[in-house]
Amino acid sequence: MKFSTMTRHMREGFKSIIRNGWMSFASISSIFISLFILGIFILLALNMNYMAAQMESQVQIRVYFETDATDEMITNVQNKIGKISEVSKLTYVSKEEGLAFLRDKMGEDNSDWLEGYDDENNPLPISLTIELSDTRLVDSIAQQIDILNGTFDPKPIKEVKYGNETVETLFKITNAIRNAGFAIVVALAVTAMLLISNTIKMTIVARKREIGIMKLVGATNAFIRWPFFIEGALIGIISSIVTTIIILIGYDQVIHIFQYDLSLMLIQLLPLEQVITLTATIMITLGSLIGIWGSVMSVRKYLKV
Amino acid sequence: MIEMEKIRKTYIDGTIALDNVSVKIDRNEFVYLVGPSGAGKSTFMKLIYREEVPTAGQIFVNGFNIGKLKQRKIPYVRRNIGVIFQDFRLLPKLTVFENIAFAMEAIEAPRKVIKKRTMEVLELVGLKHKYKNFPSQLSGGEQQRVSIARAIVNNPSVIVADEPTGNLDPDTSLDIMNLLEEINFRGTTIVMATHNKEIVNSMRKRVIAIENGSIVRDEQRGEYGYEI
Repeated sequence: MKFSTMTRHMREGFKSIIRNGWMSFASISSIFISLFILGIFILLALNMNYMAAQMESQVQIRVYFETDATDEMITNVQNKIGKISEVSKLTYVSKEEGLAFLRDKMGEDNSDWLEGYDDENNPLPISLTIELSDTRLVDSIAQQIDILNGTFDPKPIKEVKYGNETVETLFKITNAIRNAGFAIVVALAVTAMLLISNTIKMTIVARKREIGIMKLVGATNAFIRWPFFIEGALIGIISSIVTTIIILIGYDQVIHIFQYDLSLMLIQLLPLEQVITLTATIMITLGSLIGIWGSVMSVRKYLKV
Repeated sequence: MIEMEKIRKTYIDGTIALDNVSVKIDRNEFVYLVGPSGAGKSTFMKLIYREEVPTAGQIFVNGFNIGKLKQRKIPYVRRNIGVIFQDFRLLPKLTVFENIAFAMEAIEAPRKVIKKRTMEVLELVGLKHKYKNFPSQLSGGEQQRVSIARAIVNNPSVIVADEPTGNLDPDTSLDIMNLLEEINFRGTTIVMATHNKEIVNSMRKRVIAIENGSIVRDEQRGEYGYEI
C-alpha cells in the first residue's frame, strides 16, 4: 500500500467519526458506560486487594520472654530467630517500650488502667515482634520458635502468640475478596465487549449499502476495511481515554473527601499514583481492542458483495 | 469487448433469469437493453460487472473471463467498468467531490491527479460549482450526473447503466442522455437498460430486447417496440 493511501485511510477514518456524528456518539457512549463501570470495579478490586494485603501484613508473631530470662539468653534466642530465612523484621521490645506502646494503644480515655505503673514496677515482659516475608507461613514459623524454645533449659520463652485462628479466617476472607474482585472484573470486561460490539455492528449495518457501493466502484476489501479499522480504533481510544480521566479524577476526589472518615475506620485507600498506571493501561487497551474488534468483525460480514 | 456465449443464469430459488443468451457488443457501441420488467435485463448487466456469475456459459469483458474470475481479482476488473444506477448509489456522507475522488483513491492515484481529474469530470457533467455539496443537497438529475462523473472518472472502457433516467423527469432525462452520448462519442462503450420509449425512439441506437430470459430482437438503430 502506498503511503499516500495510508494517510488517506487515516483522514477518512477521522472524517467518518465526525460525519457520522450521532452514530459515533452512540458508540462512544456505550464504550464509556461499560468502561466506566469496569473502571469502578477495577479500582474497588485494587483497593480490596490492598486492604487484604494490609491486614495480612499486620499478621506478626510476638514472643514473650519469661521475666527471669537472662539478657544473655534473650540475645541468644534473638540471634537464632533472626537466622530463620522467612523472618523479615525482628524488633526487640524492652519493658519500657512495651509499656509505652500499651499506653499509646489504650489511649487517653483508658489511661487510668495503667496508672501507677512506671519503669520501677513494670509488670510487662521483654518481647520480640517478628514480621514475616510471607505471612502465610506464620503457623510453621511459630512452631519452629516453639521447638527452638524446647532446646533451652530452662525455657526462656513464656509464650509465642500469633492468633492462629484469626489468621486463618483472615486469609480465607482476603482470598475470597481477591477472587471475587477478579471474577467481577472479567465478567464486566466480557459484558462490555458484547455491548460495544453490538453498538458498532449497528453503525456498520447502517453502512452496508455504502460498502456495497464501494465494492462496485472497484475498491478492494483492504481499501474498504482500513478506514473502518481506524475509525473503530479511534472511537475505542477516545472513549477509553475520556473514561479513564473521569474515573481517576473521581477517585482522587473520593480519596480527598473521605480520607478523614475512612481513616477513622482504619481503612486506607491506595493513593492515585499507585492505581493510575494499571487502571489506565487496562482500560485504554481494552477500549481500543473493543473498538477495533467491533469494526473489523462487522465489516467482514458485508465485504462479500 | 463484451461477449456472452450461451449464458444461462438460474437463481437459488429456481427462477431462470437468462437462458441461452449469446451476444457480442463491440468497442464504442451504444446499446439499449429493453424488455418488460423481470425479463432479465438487470441480470444481463449484473453479469457484466460481476455482481452475478453465470450458471452456465461464458462471458468475456475486455478479454477477461468474468465468470471464472478469482474473488480478489474482481475489484481490478470492475475498475474498467463504470456502473450507473436508477437510484444513483452515491455515498451519502461524502461530498460530490469526495464521491468521485473515491473511485480514484481506490486505484491509488496520486492526490494531485485525483484533484485535477475529478474537477475535470465535474466540469464535463456541469457540476463544478457544487463540488462541496452533499448528495442530499442535490436534485435527482444532479445526483445522476455525479454518479456518471464517478463512473467515467477512471476512463473505463465500458459503462453499464441500469435505467439511469428511471427516476428523472423528461427534460432532465434528455440532459443525462446527451451526457451519455457525449461519453460514448469520446470512445466508451455503453450498455443501458431502459423503459424510456421516447429516448430509445428519438436517439436511435442498437436495441437488444430481452423477454423471459432470451434475446428476442437485436437490431441496429432499432425501436423501443413496446407499448407502455
